Amino acid sequence: MTEKEKPELFVHGKRLDGRTVEDLRPLKIQAGVLNSADGSAFVQWGNNKVLAGVYGPRECIPKHDSDPYKAVLKCRYNMAPFCSSGEHSRSGPSRRSTELSKVIREVFEGLILTDKYPKTMIEIYIEVLQSDGGTRCAAVTAAAVALADAGIPMRDMVAAVASGKIQEHIVADLGKDEDNYGQSDFPVAVSWRDKEILLFQMDGLLTRQQFEHALNLSISTVEKVKVLQKEALLRSFEEKNGSPRVNLNL
Amino acid sequence: MDILDVVKKDYVTRLLAEGKREDGRKNDEYRSISVEKGVLQSAEGSALAIVGKTQVLAAVKFGVGTPYPDKPTEGVLSTNSEWPPLASPKFETGPPREGSIEFARVVDRGIRSSETLDFKSFYINEEKVWMLYLDLYVLDHDGNLIDAGALAGMAALMNAKMPRYEDEKVISDESNRQLPLKNTVVACTVAKVGKHFLLDPTLAEEAAMEGRVTIATTPEHICAGQKSGPVAVTKDELLEIADLSFKKGRELRSLLEQ
Repeated sequence: MTEKEKPELFVHGKRLDGRTVEDLRPLKIQAGVLNSADGSAFVQWGNNKVLAGVYGPRECIPKHDSDPYKAVLKCRYNMAPFCSSGEHSRSGPSRRSTELSKVIREVFEGLILTDKYPKTMIEIYIEVLQSDGGTRCAAVTAAAVALADAGIPMRDMVAAVASGKIQEHIVADLGKDEDNYGQSDFPVAVSWRDKEILLFQMDGLLTRQQFEHALNLSISTVEKVKVLQKEALLRSFEEKNGSPRVNLNL
Repeated sequence: MDILDVVKKDYVTRLLAEGKREDGRKNDEYRSISVEKGVLQSAEGSALAIVGKTQVLAAVKFGVGTPYPDKPTEGVLSTNSEWPPLASPKFETGPPREGSIEFARVVDRGIRSSETLDFKSFYINEEKVWMLYLDLYVLDHDGNLIDAGALAGMAALMNAKMPRYEDEKVISDESNRQLPLKNTVVACTVAKVGKHFLLDPTLAEEAAMEGRVTIATTPEHICAGQKSGPVAVTKDELLEIADLSFKKGRELRSLLEQ
């Protein structure tokens, strides 16, 4: 087998798929897509297809996991064995998915008002059905909408996006090839209102200036994701409850 | 929740309100650090890093294996960690838990991203490449395992001698040359307790923290980052931590290069 040729990722100010440095891939978010889960969301982001389902607050099982002061949060990020265009992979948790489940759970531990529901658990299940780079950000984005769809109280909402570096250019929303053949991956989750950073990971080589640039770009790009999350929630609310009563004419 | 953690959290928080840390350090100060290279004879490279009372042993072993199909000309680095129960009353036997996996993966990410290892130089022939096994053994846990693990791991690589591959055999002997490295990568971890940012948190400070941020650096670049725990940080706080990591990284690097 020969090594795959490294593609030119950045030509004449344009990226592989024709995007500029700031462009987001096509992003579609739907809320309330599942019947059994208390809340759910489906995110299609480039060729990513990520489904999130939420349960709770409900009785904590096993009981010895429960906390007398707050709800326990459980989160599983899982990649379907058929999710990549490469070979079929083994089912079940990998070291990567274990780490991602942890950092994604921690995003929401900082947001959900867990002390309202002592002794219970809230579960977040994320299934990556198709992966195209940036799945952890799609996962956080989907899980946030699913939690809101379930009506679980949070002090703020959150959206995520990965910036990165390709051929010395800092770009927003890395695609799969840009992640595989690029120089740095910089996923960040930012809260809607307070602009706090709730997920931060990075790899690759960045100078101090590039680090700041990538961070700023992630924070500004998250705003675009936030708008689509809000629209998805509004649409699902209208479908469930009829038009919201915003025109009270006294 | 462990009652001792509640007591420790209370203690650390009350001290911080008076502007103190439990061991009298400044907020941006490391505990005393020692790094000893070549502590094992069985491994091609080894080191013991001691940060305060935290001790992490790292060992580098070489093997020969088949390359990954997507990188047929490159060697393989495999970083694993072991948190044996003798290192902490909270460690259990059995398969690695998420904390242990995260620890190994963050140290690995720093080393890998720094490009200190030239993976192409680990090519042997069309079917065989060198496999580098980096094992991080926590011997005593008093907080900040990542920085100690990164120090031990880097020191073990600096200590490593490359074996030769002759007649389908791996030969380790006196004539083996030093494993070539391009730079020295170190990690700096800062914990957030209330409104305080504490470099190199102890175990008690970790019990009190809302979370931590780790940034790994080479002399010129930031090469890995990880926020851990439910803590929220602002953009400016993250940039300050990056600056501190560069500054403290120089101190750590000089310790390693002695």
